[in-house]
Amino acid sequence: MATETKSTFRGTPKQERELKKVIEKYKKIPGGLMPVLQEAQAIYGYLPVEVQKIIADGMGIHLSEVYGVATFYSQFSLTPKGEHIISVCLGTACYVKGADKILEAIEEELGIKSGECTADGMFSIEACRCLGACGLAPVMTVDGEVYGKCTPESAVEIIRSYMDKED
Amino acid sequence: MKKMINLTINNIPVCVPEGTTILQAAKQANIEIPSLCYLKDVNCIGSCRVCVVEVVGRRGLVASCVYPVEEGMKVLTNTPAVRKSRKTTIELILSTHHKKCLSCVRGNNCELQKLSYDYGIDEDRFKGEEPIYEIDKSTPCVVRDNNKCINCLRCVATCNNIQTIGAIGQIRRGFDVHIGSPFETGLGTTDCVGCGQCIVACPVGALYEKSNIDEVWDAISDPNKKVIFFTAPSIAATLGECFSMPVGTNVEGKMVTAIKMLGDVEVFNMNLTADLTIVEEANELIQRVSTAKPLPMFTSCCPGWIQFVEHNYPELIPNLSSCKSPQQMFGAVLKSYYCQKNNIDPKDLYVVSVIPCTAKKFETARDEMYNQGIADVDVAITTRELSRMIKGAGITFTSLPDTEFDSPFALASGAAAIFGATGGVMEAALRTAANLLDGTNEKVEFMDVRGTSGIKEATYRINGTDVDVCVASGLGNARKVIEMIKSGQKKYLFVEIMACPGGCVNGGGQPVQSDSVRNYTELKATRAGVLYNADSEGELRKSHENPIIKTLYDEYFEAPGKAKAHALLHTTYQSRK
Repeated sequence: MATETKSTFRGTPKQERELKKVIEKYKKIPGGLMPVLQEAQAIYGYLPVEVQKIIADGMGIHLSEVYGVATFYSQFSLTPKGEHIISVCLGTACYVKGADKILEAIEEELGIKSGECTADGMFSIEACRCLGACGLAPVMTVDGEVYGKCTPESAVEIIRSYMDKED
Repeated sequence: MKKMINLTINNIPVCVPEGTTILQAAKQANIEIPSLCYLKDVNCIGSCRVCVVEVVGRRGLVASCVYPVEEGMKVLTNTPAVRKSRKTTIELILSTHHKKCLSCVRGNNCELQKLSYDYGIDEDRFKGEEPIYEIDKSTPCVVRDNNKCINCLRCVATCNNIQTIGAIGQIRRGFDVHIGSPFETGLGTTDCVGCGQCIVACPVGALYEKSNIDEVWDAISDPNKKVIFFTAPSIAATLGECFSMPVGTNVEGKMVTAIKMLGDVEVFNMNLTADLTIVEEANELIQRVSTAKPLPMFTSCCPGWIQFVEHNYPELIPNLSSCKSPQQMFGAVLKSYYCQKNNIDPKDLYVVSVIPCTAKKFETARDEMYNQGIADVDVAITTRELSRMIKGAGITFTSLPDTEFDSPFALASGAAAIFGATGGVMEAALRTAANLLDGTNEKVEFMDVRGTSGIKEATYRINGTDVDVCVASGLGNARKVIEMIKSGQKKYLFVEIMACPGGCVNGGGQPVQSDSVRNYTELKATRAGVLYNADSEGELRKSHENPIIKTLYDEYFEAPGKAKAHALLHTTYQSRK
């Protein structure tokens, strides 16, 4: 069966100490799992199986419950985020203007699917809902920077410009 | 005394205690409100919306499984609005359901199918997207097929709340919601003990045992194999249910006849090795007390419980009785003593165990259960699998005459019969231990350890000493008992634990009874009644008085715990934490 996280976990002892402090704080509070997951994501950037196991053991609940909550909310990520986070708007206006083609082009360029991160940890792609910039549709953002009236070609160019910056 | 509440349901006056739900109250008016997610004592979340009813004066429909009755309330369970709502709900559930009803294990025993018939639904009214899920076959016990799942959460509630295992949960949300193990890695990677309680909780065909029927048919038709069946104590108490006989019918004689009609096979009585287990276990207990070995001693016949200890409390492994389960003892006896006596090469003997249990499939495959590369038991099939073989062979079960078990392994005590109910192993062991320690102690009935409550305690005076015992069924209750022992709050000498609530009569391999049986009858107690009747009606009620057991020791095992007995009838365990 497919696993959702690849074994790339590089948690530090410092991060674990921080997480355990958070768990202690919320352990006895009903509904405490939510804030623990939020803070864990802030500490690690995402919620891999290793982190969810620490939370389950620490909170005294089953891993299945932690995993259930972590997958219920779209704000929680089970995969690591890249250094550069690419969001392609799939809201109605962008969609009718061909945003799906833009997403496809970026996926092909980077060799990963939406929700994934490149092996070198440089880029991750996510599909998002309306950014409120429908006048510029189709829209994508890179690290919060908005790019409007994109085409599949221009989107790929934008991604490459971030690669160049790194070189 | 609870306050009594008066209300009417479809204009029929009903009087029930405060706190009763509308669904429960309706039964008093001879109305069974349909439901899918509700299961008494297990799951009460009001999520499927099939049980909706009208409450006069209240806007909208209410979920009757969670809605408590109120004084003067007027409930209507069969109005056009109710019927329309239920019908639409069922049609929506069906829109994503893989309707492979012809090849479904629950073909004639599906709650969704029954509701679809009752409400005259159009199965194609809503054309939903049908997501394809990989079938989880990662354990040797339980198979999960999300394509049939209706997300009622009865399995999740059973696994998490009743058994406290938490092997599965609800994953994602909205249209993507489904049941699975954490990180979708399959049940085999979790702490699942294979108890199969999720199977008997499932209203549809999303959960079932990993079937070994084909292997058994192959062995039966193999001219080089001698095939032996033996049946666990509780099979005779439940098999009839698969043939529409009333719950609580003893079908031992028909069962033996039916198995003998499957082919050229011998049918032995596993109750015999339940007797053997008791003799070994009672002796082990006496030994432990006299040699200051770890106490309390825990029973070891239930493989779900054994795995539970190995996964969660490996530090308690020294407290587990080293006795193999009756199933494994029987396999060991057949492949040693019986083969030698009858000049059979153990390789040519094919042993089929019929059990009420799915975890036993794992037990047969354990490394510890092989002797020089040969398995004690070749295959374990559930009550349900046996019933399918009988049906497949065209045998008209209900009209069969009775047949006795084959010799030499036919006779067993009443103490062995009650193994199938929670408290039965304890009572059987007490009968023997009391009598062994004090020859004048002929006490047979230990009533305090009977009944279906989850945790039972008793103190018996045996040979001048007070013996504290505890009996628990259901792994959540087992966990409670362990925690009480670990914290020093309780001290016992001997503890019986069965993974399934009520013991083997309610095992994960037993006939699946629908919610309408489980919600309104005492299924566990009715099935257990068959075993207690068999015990009280028989002459032989103590395991150590069974003449076949005496022969086994005289001719082969010498005495309980002796070298040969220790090598073949005892085992070891391993930490899986």
